[in-house]
Amino acid sequence: MTMAPVIPTERDLRLDLFRGIALWLIFLDHIPTNIVSWITIRNYGFSDATEIFIFISGFTAAFVYGKAMRERGFVVSGARILKRAWQIYVAHIFLFAIYMAEIAYVSSSFENPLFAEEMNVLDFLKQPDVTIIQALLLKFKPANMDVLPLYIVLLVLFPPILWLLLRNATVALAISVLLYALAWEFGWNFSSYPSGHWWFNPFAWQLLFVFGAWCALGGAVRLSAVLRSSVTLWIAIAYLVFAFAITLTWHFPRSAYFVPRWLSEWMYPIDKVNLDVLRFAHFLALAAVTVHFIRRDWFMLKSPWLRPAILCGQHSLEIFCLGVFLAFAAHFVMVEVYGGILMQVLLSFAGILMMVATAALLSWYKEVEGRGGRPKRPPDADLAGGEV
Amino acid sequence: MRTLFAVLCALLVCIPGALSQEQDTCAVPGYLLFGDSPLHRVSAAVQKNKAVKIVVVGTGSSVLPGPDGSNLAYPARLEAALKARLPTVNVAVLAKAKPRQSAADMSATLEKLVTEEKPTLVVWQTGTFDALRGLDPEDFRASVSEGVETLRAAGADVILVNMQYSPRTESMIALGPYVDSMRWVAREHEVPVFDRLAVMRHWYDTGAVDLYAATKDVAVAKRVHDCIGRALASLIIDAANLDALEGKTSK
Repeated sequence: MTMAPVIPTERDLRLDLFRGIALWLIFLDHIPTNIVSWITIRNYGFSDATEIFIFISGFTAAFVYGKAMRERGFVVSGARILKRAWQIYVAHIFLFAIYMAEIAYVSSSFENPLFAEEMNVLDFLKQPDVTIIQALLLKFKPANMDVLPLYIVLLVLFPPILWLLLRNATVALAISVLLYALAWEFGWNFSSYPSGHWWFNPFAWQLLFVFGAWCALGGAVRLSAVLRSSVTLWIAIAYLVFAFAITLTWHFPRSAYFVPRWLSEWMYPIDKVNLDVLRFAHFLALAAVTVHFIRRDWFMLKSPWLRPAILCGQHSLEIFCLGVFLAFAAHFVMVEVYGGILMQVLLSFAGILMMVATAALLSWYKEVEGRGGRPKRPPDADLAGGEV
Repeated sequence: MRTLFAVLCALLVCIPGALSQEQDTCAVPGYLLFGDSPLHRVSAAVQKNKAVKIVVVGTGSSVLPGPDGSNLAYPARLEAALKARLPTVNVAVLAKAKPRQSAADMSATLEKLVTEEKPTLVVWQTGTFDALRGLDPEDFRASVSEGVETLRAAGADVILVNMQYSPRTESMIALGPYVDSMRWVAREHEVPVFDRLAVMRHWYDTGAVDLYAATKDVAVAKRVHDCIGRALASLIIDAANLDALEGKTSK
């Protein structure tokens, strides 16, 4: 069936496939003014690729480290999770350095009285000491660099959550839901520098991560009866159609007239910072429809056509960082050379091609390394090193 | 030949706002500019007193530098455009822009502003500073909503103006949530939004203005502000249905 068994023996390629696609979509969405980003799901519903990425990351983390925790105990697996968090932290700081270079270049080369106000974004360059410290503390986060800090916080807090998930999954999920509700009720969030809060509130977004982990550790099996029912399928499809219709009214202001007043009062704002329930439900509906039609043993998963996306999904951290960098670079080319539609299309495809090539290189590299004289690690632990 | 041309011109003028605009080099397609939210108070004031008083509240992107800056910035251009298109109406536009103001800062001053100035219409440009500082989008939404309520309660119509399209900085400032917030507030209170972001992007895409130009010169800025002033005038005339009123009174 579509469900993963409690202790899966083989990696579910659907996870890699959809994480790979999510990474492509995040890249496309991060290029400002990109016509190709019209194909991304955020334009056709409430949720976007971030939900997919966080859910699958939770699922994979539980899959890999759950096994490790069962076999080698809390301390060893916890230490490995923290090591992973540290790697992500380093990657984030690396991206920050590139961002600083770009912004410093813009500030020294660009001056147009029309955009005097927007240029205030460069204010932080006047105090690099404070800014860099705040960036190291994950409080100063430039635009589009919010996902990795969320991921770091989620992983740092993951060992005790995983421990509880393995003891009593229901209680762990209930605590996660409670935390989500409390964050909404009391407005909990991490603060940012110079002001404001985190774009992805970890107190809210943990729900998706923990839910993914819960599914990996047997939740999906428990849900299988629900997921198999055609009632679920039709509810999910109806909700997706509803979300699609609402999203259309955002693109065509006059059509907003068709949305009843009571509905828009109840519905808006659809809060991304705190993972609005409407967004979460939209992700669930997407996931329900997807697992209904795409089975674990779907023949296409082995086909070379989907291989590029699966490869990217298997090296998610590296490819995610590369995507953020490529989005910067693409914007830079558009500003300095030419930003027309043709260039947008070209840069989008070139970027995805580079992501695939890099993922293929990483796979090759890992294979070569694996054949070396080092003691062979168990296959799943090996996966954990690179792909969580 | 010349009469034929004159007749053609007259015909073109008769075709309502959106179409006749297309002769401008910085024309804006109607779907970007016109919505369903009416400006009843502007209609009433023009009908009754043949006068309209507009106050523009905004931040740094509502002004231009230099000694002639205030004449070139869009509030002054809006006044000129309205006067040209509504010759029988007494139009006054007052610019009240102050840099580095969040929506909350401005919202707090609106009460005083409307009691002192008694405008028919307040054009409220906001969002850029909030986005620059990364202020909480939910707080931003609440402040804009509160401000709109204040203005409405004091008897003024409101138009919200969102951010500029600034290609160089667009990867550095996350505008999205603030744009959405303004759209939601506008929907909730049924006030028009002048979607400056989309409009300027349209001009950039169609090649009407080069927003990438790294220039200290004020020429591009001057042109953009003039176009914004004219587009805003079209929005006001459409939303307050002034074409029909003007037609009626001039006959």
